[in-house]
Amino acid sequence: MIDIVVEAKNLRKTFGGLVAVDDLSFSVMTGECFGILGPNGAGKTSTIKMIYAFSPPSGGTLNVLGMDISRHARAIKAKIGVCQQENNLDPDLTVLKNLEVFASYFNIPAAEAKRRSRELLELMAMEGRAASKPVELSGGMIRRVVVARALINRPELLILDEPTTGLDPQSRHQLWERLDVLKHNGLSILLTTHNMDEAARLCDRLIIVDRGRLVVEGRPPELVRRHVGRHIIEITDHNEPVRAFLRERNVPFESVGHRTLVGLENGEELCGRIKERFPDAACTMRMANLEDVFLRLTGRELRE
Amino acid sequence: MKLYPDISLRLFRVWQRNLIVYMQSWKVRSLPPLLEPIFYLVAFGVGLGSLVGGVRYAGEEISYTRFIAPALIAITVMNNAFFENSYASFVRMYYQKTFDAMMTTPLTVQEIIAGEILWGATKAVIATAIMMAAISVFGLISFPEGLLLLPIAFLGGLAFGGAGMICTALVPNIEIFNLPIFLFITPMFLFGGTFFPLESLPDWGRTTAVFLPLTHLVNLSRSSAIGRSDASVITGLAYLVLFVSASFPTALYLMRRRLIK
Ligand SMILES: Nc1ncnc2c1ncn2[C@@H]1O[C@H](COP(=O)(O)OP(=O)(O)OP(=O)(O)O)[C@@H](O)[C@H]1O
Ligand SMILES: [Mg+2]
Repeated sequence: MIDIVVEAKNLRKTFGGLVAVDDLSFSVMTGECFGILGPNGAGKTSTIKMIYAFSPPSGGTLNVLGMDISRHARAIKAKIGVCQQENNLDPDLTVLKNLEVFASYFNIPAAEAKRRSRELLELMAMEGRAASKPVELSGGMIRRVVVARALINRPELLILDEPTTGLDPQSRHQLWERLDVLKHNGLSILLTTHNMDEAARLCDRLIIVDRGRLVVEGRPPELVRRHVGRHIIEITDHNEPVRAFLRERNVPFESVGHRTLVGLENGEELCGRIKERFPDAACTMRMANLEDVFLRLTGRELRE
Repeated sequence: MKLYPDISLRLFRVWQRNLIVYMQSWKVRSLPPLLEPIFYLVAFGVGLGSLVGGVRYAGEEISYTRFIAPALIAITVMNNAFFENSYASFVRMYYQKTFDAMMTTPLTVQEIIAGEILWGATKAVIATAIMMAAISVFGLISFPEGLLLLPIAFLGGLAFGGAGMICTALVPNIEIFNLPIFLFITPMFLFGGTFFPLESLPDWGRTTAVFLPLTHLVNLSRSSAIGRSDASVITGLAYLVLFVSASFPTALYLMRRRLIK
């Protein structure tokens, strides 16, 4: 068994003059859930489209399941499952037929396709809607069917482009639970997201990309410790005096509009002191999370 | 080396997908080819035919209905294949993202497009078979020669399907299909030897018509429906085969260019 499912070296993708993916190198290990995070337009979709052999790389080398993507696209596609960013269930077919017909593209025999389709709809809690047409389903249901469809060929690697964007919290959690089950069964998963809760919840390891470039790589808790610390103190009032106070004590902080953020390993003492000194300043302390890392490393300005 | 390393029999999976969708509503879909020739034959044959009387074809006087019946089949072949691989394929490609989903499976772009064109031709054959049944009731097809209408429909379907797919690869949006229909389909419908013999056209018109695929398809259909052939059958077949050998790879090439970014 190979222990690396995706190996990208100096991967590049250009569209005319626009560099969408710029010299990206990373590896995804067998059995792990690997995330590609980044703001809008960072190049996440462009990257994974190359990985599922949809779009040819402009440069670099890319191996998937031990095969070179430029020479073995068909063999690779037979062994991976893909959920694209846009839902593209076949609107002319029922949910069940969607899966069965998709199975035929993999040359899976009809009887086996029927069996697997029913099994997967059950796994995704969609067996009750097997006879529905896609237009009759909610966004969350559609997404679950898309995931079921991506599993029809028993893939060794599942690739998901923003699996839960646009879903309500219930649907999101339901999908996460299913993905947990799959991961537990040993499936390797590669996903893109800009939902930090999703990344923290699902990913064993992740990279953050911005403007096509790698920003950082690591395990979510490590990244939080390394780039922010354990705690975040947030002060939303009396900014000027508080900032002066922090400067005096050489405590690094971040000013975001009317808020002042301090990330540190142990914030209890400092938070107490600020509360004592500025009783009316709304000072709260919380655990640092991946979103703090993300915003710190990719900046807070809006992407075009 | 294989000429088309990216095409395997898997292309029939794409064909099959379209067949499954077609069969879901085959009754409704069979109505137009069943009723259309009847409408036309009544309007043109009974209405106009009484004014026109007979038409000279291959040195012989035949009734006007007998003259236009095979042309109606050729027109149906053209419309079915062209519309299937223009509007319908465009909807699947652009709005439904069906091709995008297929491209995440072991299907290649070439197989997807080849399967689509093959389906366009198949639809033309299905429509032809239904029309033949309707027209035969009027005794306007000679058998067994008339059975050749089916393979002719398939060849014509490949030609017009390929042409439709080339348009699909090139149009920026669905409205632009009006252009090839106005410039290509409608003139052929009117002047391709369909409702009156080519001989009635001025010289330049006849010369132009010789370059149009429908002219040859109409001529082939008429030969087989009436059961008479001459050298024009060979040129017609050669023309359509050449047309398909050029349009089919062009459609594949252009669609690959459009879909793989
Ligand atoms: N087919 C294309 N032609 C031209 N430019 C493209 C194409 N696809 C993507 N791009 C550009 O490449 C850059 C990266 O886009 P990409 O879709 O990979 O971003 P993303 O990280 O997936 O963003 P999002 O979070 O919005 O989905 C963008 O600037 C985008 O405009
Ligand atoms: Mg994207």
